[in-house]
Amino acid sequence: MSAQGKRLLLNGNHAVSYAVKLAAPRVIPVYPITPQTPILEKITDFLADGEMDAEVMTMESEHSAMAAAITASLAGVRVFTATASQGLLLMHEMLHYASGARAPIVMANVNRTLGSPWGFWPDQTDSLAQRDVGWIQYYCENGQESHDTTLLAFRVAEQAMLPAMVIHEAFYVSHALEAVELVSPEQAASYLPPFAPLHRLDPLIGESWGNTVSQQMFQDHRRDLGEAMEGVAALAKAADRELEALVGRGYGIVEQYRCDGAELVIATMGSMTGTARDAVDELRSEGVAVGLLKVKLFRPFPATDVRELLAGVPKVMVLDRNFAPGTGGFLFQELKSALYGMRGAPPIHGYLAGVGGTSISPAAIKELARGALAEEPSANSVWKG
Amino acid sequence: MSYQIEEQKVFNSGHSACPGCSEALAIRFILNTLGPDTIAVVPPSCIAIISGPQPLSSMRIPVYQSTLESSAASAAGIKRALTAQGNDHTTVVAIAGDGGTYDIGFQSLSSAAERGEDIIYICLDNEGYMNTGSQKSSATPSLAYTTSTPAGKGTPKKNMAEIMAAHDIPYLATATTGYPEDLARKVAKAQRLTGGLRFIVALVPCLDGWGIPDSAGPKVSRLAVESGVFPLYEVENGVNYTLNFGPKDVPVADYTALQKRYRHLTAKDQEFLQKEVDGNWARLAKKF
Repeated sequence: MSAQGKRLLLNGNHAVSYAVKLAAPRVIPVYPITPQTPILEKITDFLADGEMDAEVMTMESEHSAMAAAITASLAGVRVFTATASQGLLLMHEMLHYASGARAPIVMANVNRTLGSPWGFWPDQTDSLAQRDVGWIQYYCENGQESHDTTLLAFRVAEQAMLPAMVIHEAFYVSHALEAVELVSPEQAASYLPPFAPLHRLDPLIGESWGNTVSQQMFQDHRRDLGEAMEGVAALAKAADRELEALVGRGYGIVEQYRCDGAELVIATMGSMTGTARDAVDELRSEGVAVGLLKVKLFRPFPATDVRELLAGVPKVMVLDRNFAPGTGGFLFQELKSALYGMRGAPPIHGYLAGVGGTSISPAAIKELARGALAEEPSANSVWKG
Repeated sequence: MSYQIEEQKVFNSGHSACPGCSEALAIRFILNTLGPDTIAVVPPSCIAIISGPQPLSSMRIPVYQSTLESSAASAAGIKRALTAQGNDHTTVVAIAGDGGTYDIGFQSLSSAAERGEDIIYICLDNEGYMNTGSQKSSATPSLAYTTSTPAGKGTPKKNMAEIMAAHDIPYLATATTGYPEDLARKVAKAQRLTGGLRFIVALVPCLDGWGIPDSAGPKVSRLAVESGVFPLYEVENGVNYTLNFGPKDVPVADYTALQKRYRHLTAKDQEFLQKEVDGNWARLAKKF
């Protein structure tokens, strides 16, 4: 293990910025939006202080920020940007464009409610609504995880040649202060090799990108994209193991917590995981056999791992801090899809809890768990506060 | 004014433009002037069609096809990445149509100009969405027929050159394919004046969209200048105006007479157009 990094009191956003400094992207297109802005402010501080060296592009919109991120990446440099909510949605067209161009951009997204009406609250619908754009998606529970995952995401993205989003929620993670142990520059240098893509926009190479292709070429390209995405789970696991060996912190692509002999497993993502951990501990101490499944890597969805972890579990309760009208909670949908056809697949309760950033306490989760143990699940997501 | 065009072979024959297309002519003078140490950004447009479907290309340089509204941001991203790698010699040029410039691409263009991005942006202006079958853009002039303005457009053309001049960019110019030496000279000048966004708007008659014969592109282009519809001038740093070719007392009716998009015009309409052109010229002439 190399020299340990410093331990600092940081909010979740600044924890990301410190990881970006370690990754040293050379182009950073930026556009402000609450609650993401502190990520980019900290980065511009690093630049002003000479601690980083990068071309910062102060764009007029998130759409242009992503447009510039794509071409800078295709011209052969490491690229980072950050956004949230409406900004992510404005990028939607370019998110597809980025994955199509196989540009391994890393972007932090701070989950915030989508208008209308306006709100500034933690809700994962913004990024979950981008689940089909060909980006790797990581959901983080706290600032420490966001710090480590940002570095990890650069590595996985550049190995898979796919863009990656590192996601945490507004305020609960983005603005909450906690002690974060930084990865040291020496550790980062050994973990993340320089970005040196084989193909890039360069007159000496003469390659182009983006012009019209035939039907067959298009299909082949989509198939290649799919294969790259399928390979991400293995790359992500290896990257996680190596990070753990280096800094002593690993997360897996999914995490199982106190699931031994569980009658009910609570499945969730992001900051809700921390609250659910406390609820599980309390229920266990009260003699209720409950465990937790944290989904960290959401795209590609770790269906194989989820199936293994939930095999033999009698019942699952999903907590979704997100909502798609007409289909319900996103994790609920994905889990049902992943478990469909599995022999002895557990019935799943889909609970909408914390949508719009409402506070869900450990006590509330305990009550939901007791209810879920006693009731038969509905086919659709159920509103639980 | 004499300028010797020096062509480097970047744009090649065998491209898929319509026979007689002025846009292909413009691309030839642009790319063959800029030379091989160039990367082009092209949004969806006839320009993208002319550049060729993958894996073929009529352009012997890297070409990136952007989304319609992001040419300037995309070009800027390439230039910044080259700068970050210590490359200070490669020219990055965006070549977009008027829809991609005056309309949907304007936001990103304006911002790239304001940020002083070290790129060249060339708008090949054929006064409408010609690649999709001639719909109105904000570059479509008063009373012109398009499929979305079948009775003729009720509002004037947006004055893009003056809007860009208001950005105080190092260099902007108007040009047209009927004056190839002037166009090539301006491209070379834009390439030389680094340190900010350089903008050229080139009027390129569209055979199909304007309803003109295959051989009429250069003639219509010259009449646009001689009638005062499209004066050719340059502006440095937003203030130093130079007139290259101005009106020569040719009636606007001589210009419109060659184009089917104006065939519905009444005598009163002609009078209206003449007055509009005279007014625009009077306003512009004060700046030289």
